[in-house]
Amino acid sequence: MGVLLLRSLQEGFAYAVLAMGVYITFRILNTPDLTADGSFCLGMAVSVTVTVAGHPLLGLLLAVVAGAAAGLVTGLLQTKVGIHPILAGILTMTGLYSVNLFLTGGKSNVSAALAETLFQQWEEALGLTANQSKTLLPLFACAALGTVLSVYFKTRQGLAIRATGDNEDMVRSSSVNADVYKCLGLALGNACVALSGGLVGQSLSFFDAGYGSGMVVIGLASVIIGETIAGRRSVTAGLFSAILGSVVYRMFIALALKVELFPSYGLKLVSALIVALALSLPALKQWLGLRKIKRRERD
Amino acid sequence: MLTLEKVKKTFYPGTPNEKRALNGVSLHLEPGEFVTVIGSNGAGKSTLFNAIGGSFWLDSGSIHLDGKNITAWKDYRRAFDIGRVFQDTLKGTAPHMTLEENLALAYTRKAKKSLFAVSRRDREYFRSLLRQLDLGLEDRLKAQVGQLSGGQRQAVSLLMCTIAEPKLLLLDEHTAALDPATAEKVLRITVDLVAAGHITTMMITHDIQAALSIGSRTIMMDDGQIILDISGKEREEMTVEGLLACYSEASKKKLANDRMLLR
Repeated sequence: MGVLLLRSLQEGFAYAVLAMGVYITFRILNTPDLTADGSFCLGMAVSVTVTVAGHPLLGLLLAVVAGAAAGLVTGLLQTKVGIHPILAGILTMTGLYSVNLFLTGGKSNVSAALAETLFQQWEEALGLTANQSKTLLPLFACAALGTVLSVYFKTRQGLAIRATGDNEDMVRSSSVNADVYKCLGLALGNACVALSGGLVGQSLSFFDAGYGSGMVVIGLASVIIGETIAGRRSVTAGLFSAILGSVVYRMFIALALKVELFPSYGLKLVSALIVALALSLPALKQWLGLRKIKRRERD
Repeated sequence: MLTLEKVKKTFYPGTPNEKRALNGVSLHLEPGEFVTVIGSNGAGKSTLFNAIGGSFWLDSGSIHLDGKNITAWKDYRRAFDIGRVFQDTLKGTAPHMTLEENLALAYTRKAKKSLFAVSRRDREYFRSLLRQLDLGLEDRLKAQVGQLSGGQRQAVSLLMCTIAEPKLLLLDEHTAALDPATAEKVLRITVDLVAAGHITTMMITHDIQAALSIGSRTIMMDDGQIILDISGKEREEMTVEGLLACYSEASKKKLANDRMLLR
């Protein structure tokens, strides 16, 4: 049971960074961004290949830069060319699959088992066990990121990004170029997603070209679970409840796998069902309300 | 201040839905002028505002604001000097952001550069502006704008436009969605804000009485053209009945045209 909890925390924190990225694009920017599947894997590819070359920290930083670039591409496709947000994300995501393989020299699997990762550097520097570093590093990453982002969204730039997601017309009529802030938000979101991919890649010491599929849904599930527990309030609360949601999501999955509720390959279906169910709650409530009225009027 | 020269715009050209929305509109506004714009539905009033605001590119003609040719400027660039308030009270504000955040965003274009969006000095400034509205909003800076009433939101939209000291204010039936008492109040706030800032203003309205009593000049549009432009003594002597007669004359002409088409 203790191992189960520890694993959930480790994965929960690492994927919390992903959840925050998804929170930025889906909730703050209010745009359905499907780039995440590709940018997660991009972060993984960059992080792992640079780690193999001997620079794990640089690998994470470059993963962030690469993720931001991927988000920017989606943003430009949306704003400058006017492609529908969903399709723009799909185009970038599809293109990234090849980009990731370019990065690894065409190999769909790369192992970093022989290289020293940032986790191992932390173990040596701070005298930690492998389990401790795998918990503390992601915890540090998501706590620091959550704090920095919370502050950022109170700055003029951050405010403009939030306003762009809330009422784009109002932003334009305030003489603010909404396109710029849409791109900025998408770059920021995907930088987070890629950082998460980078962390997960180094934690597992491998890259797999297909590992990113379903990340949008996993991130969204975490965001929604977090909001269900903590409510929808401010951006700061939203960012931190995404971390909470990510941990709870991992615990739920770990428990379900433990009692063999479903086989491990059922994971993505369950994630999809969680999101679909959570998003259909308002419609469900309305349907129940209508049924009540119908019954009352019949009597 | 504002000069429009032979502005033309046709929507859906070359299709059965072809609509000549602006048919060679020329107009010149002096600084500080307050023009009320009237005309029946589909006359081209809102299209005229959209043309000035930059919602679409003109087919021909040009627009100058304060000596600068803004014909090829994008909408957000024009918004630096042009404030707009619409009939839809949801259009001018971000509902999920607080009142002070909305004002801060509107103020961004003219505020001193700063890292954080809302400084203590700004907050005091916003509070003093809101106090002038006399709607009790000065104590609700942290409230989400979506929780305000339509009238309050419209007053806030107005404030967000004027906070940046625009050269031109475009009001597109901005009181039409409000109840009579609230509309009256918002209209009074409008007149006060415009007078305080000496802002050149154009206001579309369907209230003929208001069109004549507010501002310094009245224009009437029909079929994408300005068919009446009165100010000074001529406007003072104009009556509601007189303007209504112009309306029906315009619509009679339209009916005749339709009949011609049917034949």
